[in-house]
Amino acid sequence: MALILTKYGGLLLQAMGQTLLLALWGLFFACILGMILGLMSVVRNTVCNIIAMIFVDAIRSVPMIVLAYFIFFGVPYALNNMMGMSFTLTALQAGTVALALNCGAYMAEIIRAGIQSVDKGQMEAARSLGLPYWRAMQRVVLPQAIRTMIPSIVNQFIITLKDTSILSVIGFPELVNTAKNVIANTFKSFQVWAIVAVMYMIIILTLSKLAKVLERRLNRGR
Amino acid sequence: MAANKEKVKIHVSHLKKSFGKLEVLKDISTDIYEGEVVVILGPSGSGKSTFLRCLNQLEEITAGDAVVDGVNVAHKNININKVRENIGMVFQHFNLFGNMNVLRNLMLAPVDLKKAGKAEAKEQAMAMLRKVGMEEKAEAYPSQLSGGQKQRVAIARALCMKPDIMLFDEPTSALDPEMVGEVLQVMKDLAADGMTMVIVTHEIGFAREVADRVIFMDGGYIVEEGTPQEVILNPKEPRTIDFLNKVL
Repeated sequence: MALILTKYGGLLLQAMGQTLLLALWGLFFACILGMILGLMSVVRNTVCNIIAMIFVDAIRSVPMIVLAYFIFFGVPYALNNMMGMSFTLTALQAGTVALALNCGAYMAEIIRAGIQSVDKGQMEAARSLGLPYWRAMQRVVLPQAIRTMIPSIVNQFIITLKDTSILSVIGFPELVNTAKNVIANTFKSFQVWAIVAVMYMIIILTLSKLAKVLERRLNRGR
Repeated sequence: MAANKEKVKIHVSHLKKSFGKLEVLKDISTDIYEGEVVVILGPSGSGKSTFLRCLNQLEEITAGDAVVDGVNVAHKNININKVRENIGMVFQHFNLFGNMNVLRNLMLAPVDLKKAGKAEAKEQAMAMLRKVGMEEKAEAYPSQLSGGQKQRVAIARALCMKPDIMLFDEPTSALDPEMVGEVLQVMKDLAADGMTMVIVTHEIGFAREVADRVIFMDGGYIVEEGTPQEVILNPKEPRTIDFLNKVL
């Protein structure tokens, strides 16, 4: 164990950094996408509702490993061989897109449910004072919705963080991929996977502790 | 109290409202004058609340006209937000913004809609809170207030936009009996100040005492209207008599 840590510790730490980098990019775009899709599914506009619904349903019904392969291999293949372009994606880019799409679809549902959990009277009262729809949404509905959404969002963040491991299949040098390489050199399967497991635990426990602090702060004055 | 019969504030003619196939308002016509206090009575499902909510376009009008302050709210392409700034509304379930304390509830709309600067809005909010006897709770959150207190804050919040019409949708129906009085008192004061008020309520005593006119609705129509003397004490229509017998 000590040998692995001294010889490969730096490499695994670097891989942990790559995992975090991929997760952060993925979550960043997932939040934007989730917000857009979530809002599209609550506005009173049938076209928006249907687009959001189709998108969420389509993404949710495809396993992320298939999504990752499709984006990393399928899309460039189609663009290059069928449309004569020269298009390449790095593993980080493809991984970010796959994570953002997958996590974004789930976030959309969390955000939709959060907004719908706020009593309709809140929006009506704000509108009756003369506030435009989006202003009322921003000042009154969303702040209350976010409070109820936080635990589900944190849960989704954790899932997505762990799902970065799936992207080892497209060759991104994150923790799992790197661990496999280390094992190929050392044959120390038990020790390496134990180290990797602990590394994931450290990331995720830190995240959930931070979330608890945030939750407490948001609930102050209630 | 003294309605100005010269000036029509709300002109409603042949108003209809349907939810899908369900026709809730069938044919409503009436005029409400400046400074008039109109109480709408009627059994549940008669369309009273829907009528009130049509007046500020919380419900879209299916057919007919409702001209409020010179703007026909039956039309979709009007700037409804501007119209609503002039119509305060008080709801059965208060609907105070749960994410803000009392003071911020009152200041939100005036500041956001640039009706007043922050300092001015705060001063005015405190004045309104004094008016409804709630200035000590300015920093409290809605969840810390009783029902009666919430409703008084809700009235103050609506008043902060300096509306010339106030709509009340069953303002005391969700209150414990001992808290009804404090809310009705605030409404009486408002009526005495000359506010144009349209009130949906089950408080017959309040209607007798404060209303200039009582409208009795049933089945999507106005069945009978007149002074409280006429409608409550000497009703002519069998449906009105039947309703009053049940609630009195």
